Amino acid sequence: MSNSKSEELSSDIKYTLPEEDWMDVPVRMKKGMYCHGANENSLITVGFPNPRQWSSSETNWKLPENWQDIVLTGMAERLEKYRSFHIFMDICVRCGACADKCHFFLGTGDPKNMPVLRAELLRSIYRREFTTAGKLFGKFAGARELNEEVLREWWYYFFQCTECRRCSVFCPYGIDTAEITMIARELLNLLGLNIEWIAGPVANCYMKGNHLGLEPHTITSSVEFLTDEIEELTGIKIEPTFNRKGAEILFVTPSGDLFADPGTYTCMGYLMLFHELGLDYTWSTYASEGGNFGSFTSNEMGKRLNSKIYAEAKRLGVKWILGGECGHMWRVLNQYMDTWNGPADFLEVPVSPITGTVFENASSTKMVHISEFTADLLKHDRLEIAPSRNDHYKVTYHDSCNTSRGMGLLEEPRYIIKKVCNNFFEMPEHTIREKTFCCGSGSGLNASENMEMRLRGGFPRANAVKYVKNKYDVDMLACICAIDRAALTTIMDYWVPGVRVIGVTELLANAMKMKGENNRQTDLRGDPLLGAEGGDAEEESEDV
Amino acid sequence: MPVKGMGLRDIMAKEKGNILDGWYNLILETYPPESRVFLKKKSDQFANPIGHTISASIEGILEGLLCNGAQEQMAVMLSDIIRIMAIQDCSPSDTILLILLLKRTLRDTTRGYVKGDQLFSELLAFEDKIDRLTLLSFDIFMKCREDVFNLKVNELKRSTFMIAKRLKSEGAETL
Amino acid sequence: MKILLPFLGVIGVVMVAFVGVELLNLRYLFGIIIPYAAFITFMAGVILHVLKWGRSAVPFCIPTTSGQQKSFPWVKRDRLDNPSDNLEVIGRMALEVFLFRSLFSNTSSSLKEDEGRLIHGSSKWLWGAGLAFHWTFFIVVFRHLRLFVDPIPSVLYLVDSLDGLMQLGVPVLYWTGLILLGSATYLFIRRVFIPQVRYISLPNDHFPLLLIIAIVLSGLLMRYFLKVDIIYVKDLTVGLFSLKPVITHNLGLIFYIHLFLVSVLLAYFPFSKLMHAAGVLLSPTRNMPNNSRRVRHINPWNYPVKVHTYEEYEDDFRDKMKKAGIPVEKE
Repeated sequence: MSNSKSEELSSDIKYTLPEEDWMDVPVRMKKGMYCHGANENSLITVGFPNPRQWSSSETNWKLPENWQDIVLTGMAERLEKYRSFHIFMDICVRCGACADKCHFFLGTGDPKNMPVLRAELLRSIYRREFTTAGKLFGKFAGARELNEEVLREWWYYFFQCTECRRCSVFCPYGIDTAEITMIARELLNLLGLNIEWIAGPVANCYMKGNHLGLEPHTITSSVEFLTDEIEELTGIKIEPTFNRKGAEILFVTPSGDLFADPGTYTCMGYLMLFHELGLDYTWSTYASEGGNFGSFTSNEMGKRLNSKIYAEAKRLGVKWILGGECGHMWRVLNQYMDTWNGPADFLEVPVSPITGTVFENASSTKMVHISEFTADLLKHDRLEIAPSRNDHYKVTYHDSCNTSRGMGLLEEPRYIIKKVCNNFFEMPEHTIREKTFCCGSGSGLNASENMEMRLRGGFPRANAVKYVKNKYDVDMLACICAIDRAALTTIMDYWVPGVRVIGVTELLANAMKMKGENNRQTDLRGDPLLGAEGGDAEEESEDV
Repeated sequence: MPVKGMGLRDIMAKEKGNILDGWYNLILETYPPESRVFLKKKSDQFANPIGHTISASIEGILEGLLCNGAQEQMAVMLSDIIRIMAIQDCSPSDTILLILLLKRTLRDTTRGYVKGDQLFSELLAFEDKIDRLTLLSFDIFMKCREDVFNLKVNELKRSTFMIAKRLKSEGAETL
Repeated sequence: MKILLPFLGVIGVVMVAFVGVELLNLRYLFGIIIPYAAFITFMAGVILHVLKWGRSAVPFCIPTTSGQQKSFPWVKRDRLDNPSDNLEVIGRMALEVFLFRSLFSNTSSSLKEDEGRLIHGSSKWLWGAGLAFHWTFFIVVFRHLRLFVDPIPSVLYLVDSLDGLMQLGVPVLYWTGLILLGSATYLFIRRVFIPQVRYISLPNDHFPLLLIIAIVLSGLLMRYFLKVDIIYVKDLTVGLFSLKPVITHNLGLIFYIHLFLVSVLLAYFPFSKLMHAAGVLLSPTRNMPNNSRRVRHINPWNYPVKVHTYEEYEDDFRDKMKKAGIPVEKE
């Protein structure tokens, strides 16, 4: 870009369109915009095709000889298996409504990041191979040959889509680029063209039960460490159980919450909440992952990883399952789990043991979202809350893509936030709820080598946060997603320094008064509470 | 239209809109053509964050130059726009180009006015100020790139937060 | 080239009709055989295509949820944007099909918060022009039914009189025809002049638009300028409809051009993006309720997969588990 740019600028200004069609613009893989290819061992562990040592930045990707056949057979198979894919290949009219809805387009300006063109990358091959018009008229019918150049383009751009579904909201036919990206990634997976940031966690999760590869004793000691921290803060000793048969509830959350800052504070929040309620629940080290990076490679791998949750619930004989804060985890739990691995007829329809509320909306999956569970508690006033203990924060809320556009969990977390903190400010209307902007790191793209890409993709979100920061001095971005907690922290550090990221359950735990607790001087992170020294915050809160 | 007795400052205040438009268009030239038209829609700061940021900060920079704004203030404005360039496959020279483009726009717009020696020397003095911005922009660019590397390091640290924390506390116990 | 080729294509279609009717006098071919063939292609093509889509499975319940889910009675839910049962899905689909609601939501996102003024005009234009185009197209086609049936049903008279409300001389000026021409022209111009849309457009995006513009133009010409005797037209069309076609030689060239253009559109329809008309009804992100936690969705091709069982896991980690005090199945 740089050289040509200077030359271009020395000439007169001309607003000309590129002479060539997008099909003729060869893909240029820019550094910082793509991830490392998957390691041989990660693929071998789960039996994925074409394991080999390769590098995504080199030209020889060591494809199998008949790779074109593999792709085309794979496409034919998926056209029959997924009506969504079949229809989305046929009915796009290229009206352009989606073009400026993608955070990657907004943040990069790269035309191939317009959802319509991202899909055309695949559609052009579909037309050539599966439609009469494409076979007869070729390029004039929008068709082109499948070659290695096309494959590179697929790999580059389908790992530049976070499956956030924002475009789908605005499409008059509901065409969902997430669905197209999922299929494209399945096809790439058939050739062993995965990225390590996804394949590694998948292999970990398959063998050890969670993406981070935490072994059973590491999980227990991590949780114990967090309980020590809680004891230091509140004076209350919590003793959670693991793999306990006969518990009423199995709790599953993304493993990031157990290990990574600031997710660990959210995890402390879970522990404190469940202890305060006296909940009869257990953790599992076998089903120790709520998230599902498998679903970012193929439907089958998603199902293989997801199977552990029901299997463990059955083995332990629990009545129902409670799920922690995570975005894509809930897309999977809401729209895939029951179909993949159900029916969960060995479980009971979830009932809150505290309020008696029957969670009718989860009567088949038997899995309840922590925000639903908590909102119900607060609605019934079953927790003593001192919202002033969050007065040192000015909070805004980021809807994670999957819980908003793949579930519709919009009000429950807001209800909790409004109950537990006094300073809550919404971002502008068309950047939240179903129109929320992605963190730019979802669908397994939160690696380090593609940092520039993540920063670009996260820019529209950061821009809206910056707006509320300037307007209301917002300094905390609340969310209910483990990837958000990790990724948005980075995005904020770059674009809106001074804004940190917090889980909704952490906010709750800050404000929740526990029976027999010390006079808290700090919040979960060790930040001093407003007026903590004199215990003002505590006294004020008595009236609330 | 040259008017007698007008200083450079007055001319620039009068031509501010034209200078900003010219500068903005030159910057857009550095983007792919099919994205330019989209970026030109600068009306909504959320639907078009990049276009908005660019146009808002160049306006701020120009105003800062006109009223002798503090260097720190200018740095904030510059940083808004350079922060974007620093992660958009731009080189340090591209960033400097950004400021040089202002110089070019300025010369183009004031060409009709600058007749006498007085205005000419004012223009030269003003260009000195722009040159200082050029140097500043280079520093900001390097700072942004450093930030990007720090982000990676910090992210790694956070993802292994528990290890560090436990080592620390175990260390404290054993000591 | 992307625009020139479809343009030449439409000119070509007109030329074929001209040569065929005027020079070769193939009135029987252009008046009867081709329209029948085109209609059969249209019907068969659409049905086959929809059947082909229908054969593809719907493995998962994947609605795009654009509003609050159904959870507690005290949480206000969004029945239209996050339907929880089939009735609500019908509501969502109806608004989508009849009012292009998703396209419209483009505009609601364009209110600038602190200044309260509308921006992003183009999306609203797209919605308006799209809606005008489709509705007037429908009414115009519907109005044409009076050419095919005898006696004419009263509902057609009603449509006719509404359509001709702005009566400006004789013959009655139908406003739908003008709006159709205007909106189709806008949609075409938009494709050519908005660079972003032009970049994503293919020749087969321009062709149907140009074809439809040509059809409307020929229709308007025939009605208002190069008048064709409606009696003879009706002889042919009623004949076609009742499968007893007769050819009358008094029909002008412009009629045959119009008819041939329509035939080409009909035959082209099933092989093109125009199938979106049928496809939108089958789109799984719109036509499914978000109830997958309440009602299990069945995947017809669900198959058993290889998993890493708990037993295997315990075998891998038994000692570590025991040491950490985690209960195990086998000691």
